Amino acid sequence: MSGTPHIDMLRSPLGRARGLGSARAGSHHWWMQRLTAIALVPLTLWFIFSVIHLAGATHQAVIEWLSSPLTMGLMLALIVATFHHLQLGVQVVIEDYVHDERAKLTAVLVVKALCILLALVCIVSVLKIGL
Amino acid sequence: MVAFNLPLNSRIGQGQTFKAPAGTKRVRDFKIYRWNPDDGKNPSTDTYEIDLDACGPMVLDALIKIKNEIDPTLTFRRSCREGICGSCAMNIDGGNTLACLKPIEDVKGAVKISPLPHMPVVKDLVPDLSQAYAQYSSIKPWMQADSPAPPDGERLQSKEERAKLDGMWECILCFCCSTSCPSYWWNGDRYLGPAVLLAAYRWIADSRDEATGQRLDELEDPFKLYRCHTIMNCTDTCPKGLNPAKAIGTIKQLIVERQG
Repeated sequence: MSGTPHIDMLRSPLGRARGLGSARAGSHHWWMQRLTAIALVPLTLWFIFSVIHLAGATHQAVIEWLSSPLTMGLMLALIVATFHHLQLGVQVVIEDYVHDERAKLTAVLVVKALCILLALVCIVSVLKIGL
Repeated sequence: MVAFNLPLNSRIGQGQTFKAPAGTKRVRDFKIYRWNPDDGKNPSTDTYEIDLDACGPMVLDALIKIKNEIDPTLTFRRSCREGICGSCAMNIDGGNTLACLKPIEDVKGAVKISPLPHMPVVKDLVPDLSQAYAQYSSIKPWMQADSPAPPDGERLQSKEERAKLDGMWECILCFCCSTSCPSYWWNGDRYLGPAVLLAAYRWIADSRDEATGQRLDELEDPFKLYRCHTIMNCTDTCPKGLNPAKAIGTIKQLIVERQG
């Protein structure tokens, strides 16, 4: 089916279908993707309404809003859920479409590293403004 | 594998046209994918003009008419002609279905027919399903029980337990669903595909089977099971009206359920 030559051409179809066997994993990834998606619905709506509500507000008012423990908690939850969901989702896309093992591993690791870094930058920014 | 263009030797060219006899009133064009492994040529699309007044109502009737009366080289699988054997699964008018259950009248304009998508082609409309069959056998589609069967009869099941198998035992393994699934196109070497996962769930749901845990263990894999992204092409295309997507969703639910 692929353009690359098969070294296991003479392997039986059943041997190929069984392949390396079951990884006994994947359910946590799938479940977390669903849970973060559900969490993001209210969090994103809250964030959008808040930003609309703050349109035209003074700098001081925005700082005060962001400094309240509830806002900071929701902001941190939004950041963690967004970037966790993002890296889970992009990993699936890469696994779907990139079939070269080395390119796949590299791409997945780069995406995860970027998501962790961006999430940390966002978290530190919220803490710096709010604390 | 993801490919945006067909490989050079798979590009489809223009084929021959077989005209209907003069004076035919109700003519319908059948544009059929042709490929012969022996002549070294690229695939092509042949056009057959069919007299609908001298042809049965189903697409399979037209194919048989073509083979019997117009072009005996046309190659396709068929057997029961009533949707129970699954042999004549093919892509008709852009959707996978059984030629014997697809009325010609359901198709607007020319009837385009090609083999099940993204499978190796043996000849014309005959796909190579060895991989799909091997995947089916890899999920051990038979009853596994350690308890011996009762000495005086069969393993019993309540009516409610038996009813859980409805919507699954009817699968005829035509593989219309698996070959309609983009995830199966891109990762068919590792993803089991909707037909095989429906069959796997048929045994998970069977109250007489005692290997439910091992079956779930074997399925819990990022590729074997979780390449399903609920695209729903499987359910949409199933010529028997079954719902493989729901069965796959239930397998995912059960795997989460046993964790907490």
